[in-house]
Amino acid sequence: MPMISPLSHRNSGWRLFLQTVIGRSYPRTIGQQREKSWIIFDVFLPLLSVASYVFVYRAIHAPEDYVGFVVIGGAMTAFWMNILWGMSSQLYWEKETGNLPLFIIAPGPLTGILLGMAVGGLFATTLRAAVIILLGSLLFQVKYVFTDLESLLAVFFLCMVALYGLGMMTSSLFLLLSREAYHLANLAQEPVYLISGFYFPIKSFPFWLATAASILPLTLGLDAMRQLAFSSGPTLGFLSVPLEIVILIGLTIVFLVMAQWLLKYIEKIAIQEGRLTESRR
Amino acid sequence: MSRPSASWNSFKTAAWLGWQIESNWADPFLFAVYSFVKPLSSAGILVVMYALISGGNFGAPIFAYIYIGMAFYLYVGSIMTGVSWAIIDDREHYRTLKYIYVAPVRVPYYLLGRGMARFLIGSISVLITLTFGVLFLKIPIVLSAINWPLFLVVFVMGILLLAMMGVLLGGITLMMANHSFMVGDAVASALYLFSGAIFPLEVLPAWLRPFGYIMPITYWLELLRRSLVGSISQSFPTFTALSDAQLLEILFGLTILFGGAALATFQLCESWAREHSRLDSTSNY
Repeated sequence: MPMISPLSHRNSGWRLFLQTVIGRSYPRTIGQQREKSWIIFDVFLPLLSVASYVFVYRAIHAPEDYVGFVVIGGAMTAFWMNILWGMSSQLYWEKETGNLPLFIIAPGPLTGILLGMAVGGLFATTLRAAVIILLGSLLFQVKYVFTDLESLLAVFFLCMVALYGLGMMTSSLFLLLSREAYHLANLAQEPVYLISGFYFPIKSFPFWLATAASILPLTLGLDAMRQLAFSSGPTLGFLSVPLEIVILIGLTIVFLVMAQWLLKYIEKIAIQEGRLTESRR
Repeated sequence: MSRPSASWNSFKTAAWLGWQIESNWADPFLFAVYSFVKPLSSAGILVVMYALISGGNFGAPIFAYIYIGMAFYLYVGSIMTGVSWAIIDDREHYRTLKYIYVAPVRVPYYLLGRGMARFLIGSISVLITLTFGVLFLKIPIVLSAINWPLFLVVFVMGILLLAMMGVLLGGITLMMANHSFMVGDAVASALYLFSGAIFPLEVLPAWLRPFGYIMPITYWLELLRRSLVGSISQSFPTFTALSDAQLLEILFGLTILFGGAALATFQLCESWAREHSRLDSTSNY
């Protein structure tokens, strides 16, 4: 029987952190190539919803830019779904399937595991969103007018970092949940599509409601993207793009710091209350 | 135990079990919030989209068409997906499906019973959504003007149809290892698009409309709209040539067809699942 030679070198510090991030993001990244069924379920399904909303706008004779808003919003639903089911609920699922204790006793830091989940999830979801935008734009002949491509890319990047920071934060909160985790994640779908304005400009909301909705990075991210990608966008924007970028930077910092702090705090509570290995089906 | 008695017992017990699973994860207040926030948010998206473009003209027939269709479509997600979801729950989550099969339980009736809880929750959502529409959005439903006999016949027929479609999906779910949890959503999304739930079928490209014409849900929603607000049918040309009785005949025929196909398909899928050891397979997918 072949002997496995002992490890001659063990990473620690930032190298271990990086190794953990790469290790956790690997299955989500490589899975895109190995399990191609996502093309049907993660692209075709959102496209059906997008098509339904597009035809509603066509039935009520909306300007063509609104069709583009639906396509972009439909693509961004993939990110929110990934945050809910691939980030927030993930540690809960790991607990249910018995992997969480293994994560805890492994030498890699839990923040590295969460960041790995975020990086892998972001890659996989960006792929899905890109295909949805491409197909949706071709099917419904969406006309884009890019006024400032650099700002558009910056907004998208900031929006994603803030969003996945939020996901890392909520995943630690979900660690304390049991059966209600599924229902709460389920509950956070349609209400967020509504208040974040996935399919329409949030300028149509009262100012304070739109301001409150801006706590979710997708609200301002989508608003800024609409302003930068469509001819009628600037007239329908809630705030100016530079201000939205500044707020997104603020949200990014707050969510990442909170994620780090909450994870340590909740992990401590979960250990004290014995919730890391419980499985209440 | 006689077959009718076993069927009734399977249905009744599963309905009680389904209600416990669906409702006892939270305190009643949180459960109530959960029951109405989701449907009202779905409605809210369409209401805001419509208000934005029409300038708040909620009195137009197209708005009532969209709103009533959307409200009753909530049943499609809750019943059809709910019935088939019982397979996933019992096989993957609770891992009890094999025990149900070795117990004196008639599985199709058990699945229908499990869907009963979703029907009740769905009914609350539909009722809240419609009430909100009537009170705040000028949906012209007047209790004294409703064609109650037509409404009740069509409503019951549609619920049975959805339950049988759920059994059909349950059979397909039995055969699947991966992605089984997406089947219900996939079918519900496709029906949402093709059944004219939230827009008249004429808006679809001509080559896509036939998909809508073969879906019984299309006729179910049209008849529900006609029974609740009779004037809607004159505003859109899709079915103006057909009387209520003709639409009812088509719905009845398609319900029988789909119901029979659902039971036959379930038996075939179940037999395949037994042969391929899928009744107790868990994928952790």
